[in-house]
Amino acid sequence: MSSTGAINIAGVSADASAEDLVGPRGARPRRALSRRNIMLYGTLFVIAVYYILPLYVMIVTSLKGMPEIRLGNIFAPPVEITFEPWVKAWSSACTGLNCEGLSRGFWNSVRITIPSIVLSIAIASVNGYALANWRFKGANLFFTILIVGAFIPYQVMLYPLVIILREMGLYGSLTGLVLVHAVFGMPILTLLFRNYFTSVPEELFKAARVDGAGFWGIYFKIMLPMSLPIFVVAMIIQVTGIWNDFLFGVVYTRPEYYPMTVQLNNIVNSVQGVKEYNVNMAATIITGLVPLIVYFASGKLFVRGIAAGAVKG
Amino acid sequence: MANVSVKDLDLNFGEIKVLQNLNIDVGEGEFLVLLGSSGCGKSTLLNCIAGLLDISDGQIFIGDRNVTWEQPKDRGIGMVFQSYALYPQMTVEGNLAFGLKNARMSKDEIKKRIARAAEFLQIEPLLGRKPAQLSGGQRQRVAIGRALVRDVDVFLFDEPLSNLDAKLRAELRVEIKRLHQQLENTTMIYVTHDQIEAMTLADRIAIMRGGSIQQLAAPNTIYNKPVNKYVAGFIGSPSINFIDGEVRFNSDPVFVAGDTKIDVARYEFTGNGPKPGPVTFGIRPEHIFLERGGEDEPFTAEVEVDVVEPMGADTLVWSHMGGNELRFRVDGQTSLSKGDRVTIGFDPARASIFDAETELRL
Repeated sequence: MSSTGAINIAGVSADASAEDLVGPRGARPRRALSRRNIMLYGTLFVIAVYYILPLYVMIVTSLKGMPEIRLGNIFAPPVEITFEPWVKAWSSACTGLNCEGLSRGFWNSVRITIPSIVLSIAIASVNGYALANWRFKGANLFFTILIVGAFIPYQVMLYPLVIILREMGLYGSLTGLVLVHAVFGMPILTLLFRNYFTSVPEELFKAARVDGAGFWGIYFKIMLPMSLPIFVVAMIIQVTGIWNDFLFGVVYTRPEYYPMTVQLNNIVNSVQGVKEYNVNMAATIITGLVPLIVYFASGKLFVRGIAAGAVKG
Repeated sequence: MANVSVKDLDLNFGEIKVLQNLNIDVGEGEFLVLLGSSGCGKSTLLNCIAGLLDISDGQIFIGDRNVTWEQPKDRGIGMVFQSYALYPQMTVEGNLAFGLKNARMSKDEIKKRIARAAEFLQIEPLLGRKPAQLSGGQRQRVAIGRALVRDVDVFLFDEPLSNLDAKLRAELRVEIKRLHQQLENTTMIYVTHDQIEAMTLADRIAIMRGGSIQQLAAPNTIYNKPVNKYVAGFIGSPSINFIDGEVRFNSDPVFVAGDTKIDVARYEFTGNGPKPGPVTFGIRPEHIFLERGGEDEPFTAEVEVDVVEPMGADTLVWSHMGGNELRFRVDGQTSLSKGDRVTIGFDPARASIFDAETELRL
């Protein structure tokens, strides 16, 4: 037993006996049902239910027929599951005279969102790269103006933009709306990219310059391949922002180009006829599906992107 | 072919003057080390030579060509960075090829050059790997290879070994020296704050402080005949002992500090001295010896031991003399302890004497 004395830091004599080992030892025991855990998980559960309940009601209602809805049990699961409301919402719900359902709005939204994202990310990433790595004269002033732009409320700029687009001959067209989205995405995206590129070690940039790469060479061959995570973040921000946009869509386009959100509003808020709750619910879920899918799909990619960058050193 | 000259270089960041009126001439094949503490402008100077920073005034010549306004790639330089700066998404081969591809070199030539550099640096088995899969030493070798494949006349090193651990640093230091010996006509400019690296590698060292060069000379000269107090204190570890006192004349000059009198008649004064007045007397710890009866050094004194620091090969002893701290080195086997009284001796001719006011060597 005398060898156990070696672990005796307190300085008791070297021939310490077994009683020195009495008392706490090893990993501290943890109780699964402590008061703290009950409180913690209880609170989390209540909050989770609070957030999930509306979605539950939406899904359940969208799968019911109108007679069942009229019974008034909104929390009850459907007795008879029907996909009729989903089909109707997609292809035959009426907004005004037009009875094509949400499908047209969906394709409009796609045609608005994709070019807007590509355009705004392409420009903003080059902006951010130039601001972070090529300190040109007036860079700080330019950056300040851009950031101030992020704080001006949209409503102030609505009407001036209408005039500008009219003068350019783009008012009411998809191109005009895409342009507006690209411009409004610029401040926040440029800030995002600038901050990311600033965190890239400056020596990498210097090494590339010594190696003879120019402005675009460094951007495409060095910076771009290193920045997948920030591009995914920018894409998430833009997809959610532009897909969910209502204001610009309704102001800058004609009815035949209305994005999905505007059409959804017109379906749900129509004051004539019967309120088809099931169709409304289905339409709302369909509209919200795209940002949701982007979140889930790119969230994974996002984590992978970060992990890929984490092993560098 | 590839001498580097910096003439009247000024660099200002707005109101701040970073480099002022710098002049350096580096001969072809020379190994110049820029040495200084952080913030002295040594890396900045290197970046100016590389063309990564636009200078405010002056000229830069590489191989007798005025490159003041040239892009980095057109200056015939290769650069190695402290953080290696390897392109993380490319393989080692891609890293080596990047500069050559930018120069639109033929594929065969690129292959040939990479093969040659890889063999030279013994990184052939690593060519297919990504930088993240390499150790620090391997990464730095690849970084050197990136400069090597471009067949440049001037290598610029920006603290290339500072990120490595002590053992690896010593190994790579020798490798860099070997590299310089093998690439005979390649000029190398090397920035470091590590004086051992500077002493071992350099043909000449430029000691920098506050954006200007204090002394530019061979390592031996810098060590033995520092031009001012700053250089004397900066070079040498443990650092030089300074004793404040004054020079007096009887017939010969004598240094006096308290009741210690040191005869400095054999000291080689520069053009500035000797003159009577307050001075600082500097003597390196390794130039002070323990007297063992023989008393062969021109100056001897008895001192009391304050602290003993055994370091294996030798032992550093802290003592005091004339109100100043005095460190000296003794053999590692010597057993001394606090309170011992020992007799030490040194040759004043090996000392350095500085004017107390201007701090310049006398």
